[in-house]
Amino acid sequence: MGTTSITVVEDPRIVQLLRRADDALILGHRLSEWTGHAPLLEEELALANIALDLIGQARALYQEAGAAIGHTEDELVYLRDVRAWRNCLLVEQPNGDFAATIVRQVLFSAYADPFWRAACGSTDAALAAIAGKAEKECAYHLRHAAEWLVRLGDGTAESHRRAQRALDTFWPYAGELFACDAADSAMIETGAIPDPAALRDDWNHTLDAVLARATLARPPEGWMQSGGRVGLHSEHLGHLLAELQYLQRSHPGAQWW
Amino acid sequence: MVVNDDTLLARAREIAAAVTDPELPVLTIADLGVLREVALRDGVVEVTITPTYSGCPAIPLIAAEIRAALARGGIAGAQVRTALAPAWTTEWISESGRRKLAAWGIAPPPGAGSSRQLFSEEQPACPRCGSPRTERISAFGATACRALHRCLACREPFDAFKCH
Repeated sequence: MGTTSITVVEDPRIVQLLRRADDALILGHRLSEWTGHAPLLEEELALANIALDLIGQARALYQEAGAAIGHTEDELVYLRDVRAWRNCLLVEQPNGDFAATIVRQVLFSAYADPFWRAACGSTDAALAAIAGKAEKECAYHLRHAAEWLVRLGDGTAESHRRAQRALDTFWPYAGELFACDAADSAMIETGAIPDPAALRDDWNHTLDAVLARATLARPPEGWMQSGGRVGLHSEHLGHLLAELQYLQRSHPGAQWW
Repeated sequence: MVVNDDTLLARAREIAAAVTDPELPVLTIADLGVLREVALRDGVVEVTITPTYSGCPAIPLIAAEIRAALARGGIAGAQVRTALAPAWTTEWISESGRRKLAAWGIAPPPGAGSSRQLFSEEQPACPRCGSPRTERISAFGATACRALHRCLACREPFDAFKCH
């Protein structure tokens, strides 16, 4: 594996596999940054376990995309420049405090859970197989994050303030989860992925139920951030990739064993 | 020596089924439901396994141990394939597997599949004293497939196999 960045030829299926894989990998990487810093031991294990599930989902998706375009999963992760990443902006946002990490997880998991459940019926056999694993995992990721958000929101004045602040900060990134462009539409038409618009009710229902228990105020609907799906990222992703790709760029072809 | 295909297959199946899980050494991969199929393709033994969780780090080791066990049993060059579908579920853990788990101090998963409830779930009985009065300490434990619980009767903490 050389250090030269690769350019991926993206048909709608490859775009879709990369969007799903990049979401899972980047969020998994962010959660793994908590290892050694989590507020308590049980949470250290929990965040690392969720990261492991997400990175496992990402690997299956990269293997599938890579097989179709002649790249290994490692090449797709270590040799794509920032503009070639297709994850949503939400997952690349820095961990912040524990409340921010939990809010980001609730916003994402409340979407990933119904997405993968619906994708179990995908006409694309590979996506359906990956969905069968992912939907079970995302269901308990959501449960774990939702329980924490209730505890933080309905906790002390300080934890409530921080949870509300994180919710207000990340809210404008939630809209991108439901965006649908031509590449998505092509996959929706063949029944390979669910229409994101159809997942919105489920997401709203989950958010409203969790926020009510957490005594947090749902931010008003307004202007939403976008760009991640076409490679226009916030500055944070470049820094994350610098760390993620450093070893492979410095020592081309290095192997774990 | 000429070995009949059925004999070879039966032997390969027996060897593969006896390979244990590196993180749960009391359980074989057959007990866990991770072993899906042992077949003969063009004279080569092909073993199909399925991961419990997407990120299960034990899969490459299990594959290597299956190949090594078969080689020790005189079956060289076996292939191990990983299949994601149908998705593994705790319902595939055999009755003997459930008994071995409990004897080892890990509460076996409740019978039904994954819970969809956001804020409630079934609590497993204590594997030490059998009391149904237990509480969850954390949904995540030492491995992807386990959670941490505590018995409210005997006060012992214990691992429980997550329902999946």
